[in-house]
Amino acid sequence: MESKEIIIEVDNLVKKFGQFVANDNLTFKVYKGEIFGFLGANGAGKTTAIRIMSGLLEPTSGKINVAGFNAYTQRDLIKANIGYMSQKFSLYDDLTVKENIRFFGGIYGLYGKVLKARIDELLSDLKMTEFKNDLISSLPLGWKQRLSFSVAMIHKPVIIFLDEPTGGVDPITRRSFWEMIHQVASQGTTVFVTTHYMDEAEYCDRVTIMVDGRIEALDSPANLKKTFNASSMDEVFVMLARKAKSA
Amino acid sequence: MNNSKPNKFWGFALKEFRHIFRDKRTLLIIFGMPIAQLLIFGYVVTNEIKDANIAIYDKSGDYLSQKLTSKLASSGYFIPTTFLHSENEIEPALRSGKAKMVIVYEPDFAKKFFKEGSAAIQIITDASEPNTASLLANYAWAIINSFATENGIKEFAAAPIDIRVRMLYNPELKAVFMFVPGTMALILMLLTAMMTAISIAREKELGTMEVLLVSPLKPSHIVIGKVLPYVGLAFTNSIVILLLGFTVFGLPIKGSLALLLLVCFIFILLALSLGILISTISKTQQVAMFISMIGLMLPTILLSGFIFPIENMPVILQWFSLIMPPRWFISAIKTIMIKGEGIAYVWKEMLIMIGMIVFFLTLSIKKFKVRLS
Amino acid sequence: MRAILFIIQKEFLQIFRNKTMLPIIFMLPIIQLLILANAATFEMKNINLSVVDYDNTNRSREVISHFEASHFYTIIPTEQSVDKALELVHANRADLVLVIPNGFQKDLDNSKTPKVQLLVNSINGTAASLANAYTSSILMSYTRSIFIGKIGPSMIKPSSITTQTNYWYNPELKYSHFMVPGILVVLVTIIGMFLTALNLVREKEIGTIEQINVTPIKRYQFIIGKLVPFWIIAVFELAFGLIVGKILFDIPINGSLLLLFSFAGVYLVLALGSGLLLSSISSSQQQVMFLAFFFIIVFVLMSGIFTSTESMPTWAKTFNRMNPLYYFMKVNRMVLIKGSNLSDIKDSFISVAVLAVTMLSFAILRYRKTS
Repeated sequence: MESKEIIIEVDNLVKKFGQFVANDNLTFKVYKGEIFGFLGANGAGKTTAIRIMSGLLEPTSGKINVAGFNAYTQRDLIKANIGYMSQKFSLYDDLTVKENIRFFGGIYGLYGKVLKARIDELLSDLKMTEFKNDLISSLPLGWKQRLSFSVAMIHKPVIIFLDEPTGGVDPITRRSFWEMIHQVASQGTTVFVTTHYMDEAEYCDRVTIMVDGRIEALDSPANLKKTFNASSMDEVFVMLARKAKSA
Repeated sequence: MNNSKPNKFWGFALKEFRHIFRDKRTLLIIFGMPIAQLLIFGYVVTNEIKDANIAIYDKSGDYLSQKLTSKLASSGYFIPTTFLHSENEIEPALRSGKAKMVIVYEPDFAKKFFKEGSAAIQIITDASEPNTASLLANYAWAIINSFATENGIKEFAAAPIDIRVRMLYNPELKAVFMFVPGTMALILMLLTAMMTAISIAREKELGTMEVLLVSPLKPSHIVIGKVLPYVGLAFTNSIVILLLGFTVFGLPIKGSLALLLLVCFIFILLALSLGILISTISKTQQVAMFISMIGLMLPTILLSGFIFPIENMPVILQWFSLIMPPRWFISAIKTIMIKGEGIAYVWKEMLIMIGMIVFFLTLSIKKFKVRLS
Repeated sequence: MRAILFIIQKEFLQIFRNKTMLPIIFMLPIIQLLILANAATFEMKNINLSVVDYDNTNRSREVISHFEASHFYTIIPTEQSVDKALELVHANRADLVLVIPNGFQKDLDNSKTPKVQLLVNSINGTAASLANAYTSSILMSYTRSIFIGKIGPSMIKPSSITTQTNYWYNPELKYSHFMVPGILVVLVTIIGMFLTALNLVREKEIGTIEQINVTPIKRYQFIIGKLVPFWIIAVFELAFGLIVGKILFDIPINGSLLLLFSFAGVYLVLALGSGLLLSSISSSQQQVMFLAFFFIIVFVLMSGIFTSTESMPTWAKTFNRMNPLYYFMKVNRMVLIKGSNLSDIKDSFISVAVLAVTMLSFAILRYRKTS
């Protein structure tokens, strides 16, 4: 592990909304090519952290480096090197599959033949070529999710941030979604994912468990289960959450 | 179960209230709007002319023409800002907007006036603003005529007729009698019809309407809960407008206050039912807004007799104004406030408005049912 | 730069896909022009007059027939009682009551000044003073003609000033020539500004803005990409409105259309830019609509759409220096009706250009990709 290249480095990240501390001194490193999970209940501060790292939110303090760039001064450089997909599907309902891909490709700076080739590649990867002229509003939820993911990957980013990407879909669709995640990770893309599904934690290389804005644990799922002497990540999480409450 | 329903309903209505009150900026506008509008209509949008820039082309330049020019200047209506020296300068002066009117004295003005008994003046006005142009010309005529009588030979001084004019209801011809009812109509229409249409369309657009529809609340309760806060705001607003009209602009309320408020209430319900109808036919907030704005705002200002008298309109538009809800509202509140009449003189307007409410609501329910099935 | 084109393309796709908005954008202005240009008039077309004739002589009946002959007046029959006639006013059936007292004919024939009374419904002050002026002048000219007939014209030769009045640019004083350009300004502004404002907030509401904010696109690229499509639509709207106005109302187009459209182009950057600014400080469509509404109403009423801005109080004139609609209202009418040229409108042009640049910079600066 030590020999691996660090791609995200966060040191004492603090984010306050008025009096409310959403992120309380977060410190962690993410290595190139790993699937890094952020676990926690709703409101634990996962989304805040992921939004800060993708340049959507201004941090209050702390040192943040993403893909080698500073999150305070080099936000646009970070943005050119990352992909982002949020719990809301950020596709235009009134545009077709192809038009959506084209648009996002265009604002990431692709054009002409390169863009065209990339669109065809994405469509065939998704097996959606024959539906390319369908409106997004007519697609089933699982498809929209996979398409959102591909759109976020259109410029072949170094890191992809996924903010609760599998909210509201059935287990089978979630499963196939995770297959896509593993595929991009195997190609060298770093995946940073937040979730509140504990079973999904098992798919990650390393997970961070957040409770009330703080990091309570950080390790591989296997090590965590060992440390807390638990049979599942669910148990680990419940133990940590209880501990926080009683404290 | 019977007990829980009203509770749920009030909880829902309360949620809507909080939603509105949390948004301080919107709240500020809701109450700032009538005040701003009353001030604008009271002080800015008037048909009075004062300080209009005019140009003088004095081909004579004698003492009489100069005396008349200074009389025009001292009237308060005109400010002679430009003095022209040739015929060619007239057009550019008007075209550039430097002058709204040009007064041209013929040569030997004084001589012709005293020796020949008649001197000529040409008045050229910029009629691209026709109303202003004719007012300016009228004022100029009046000043010139009285100037001629003062300076001419007084042979025919006896007035041909003695007309005693009595202005009924509004002896000082104050504009407030028109704009306070008009502003009320506009604000109430806007607040209730537009805001309800948009807030219902919003739930549809964001998909939250579905969630509400599957809840144990009845659809009618959902709609009532959504619109109730706006009724409250609109009603408060009408009281604010009346108070302002009364205190700042001295508008009397001669008739019964209770009847007046009842008419306001009926109108608010009418605007509301119109808003509901609009929301049933629009899928998005944008559509709802454009229909309410272009379909309601301009017609409310222009076809209700608020600024422009209905009697002056072409016959077709006069008929058209019959289906404009604000027309009846304005007519009714004028009758109550200014003429001080009771229900005997406004029952017709009230009945028409109630009829409209029934019509709009029936139509909305029909539309709603069609969509569900 | 290319990113801007992609945004523009996407906006157009969405605009043309929306089957409800397009007809609204282009049909409503026609309806509006048709209705409003005809409705907005101060010209008196009809006065409902009731005459209470206590004199009941040849002369008094002559007076009534004078009014009957004028197409302005509709005589509302009433009984021989002022109270009954006043009730007609009360019920809004008569605007004006003329009371001819006993002895009217006698006074006239004895060269004494005859007396009459006019009771005017003056709730609408403007209409009342107009009605009063028309009616008085008819009465005046009638009695004067009687006097002249009796004394003979030779006797009356006071010095007088004859006035000849010319109404330039609009000799028939057609109110529609004044109103149509004014309404066009409001329509173009409302449609352009609201579409722009709503569009940006809608992306916020739906959440798609996040996906854009997370890309390396520059703020100015995004704002300009959002502005251009609606700018084009608004320019089309103006052209369309002018054509409709020309066909339906035969409005004059005396000035250079190139000048008008150049001015409109700059003006629209200002109007649409303010729409974007409003949307960047709002979080929902409802909020932005309300804000925009408030400003539009105030700005329209102050702009001189109905009444001359010169007669407004000083504070209103000062306000108007910041009022985009005031400039376009003025310039549109000047160029169309009076054929004004660039040097006539240059002050307005400069003001609008300065405001436009300021507004656009504000909109770009205020738009935050990071919150």
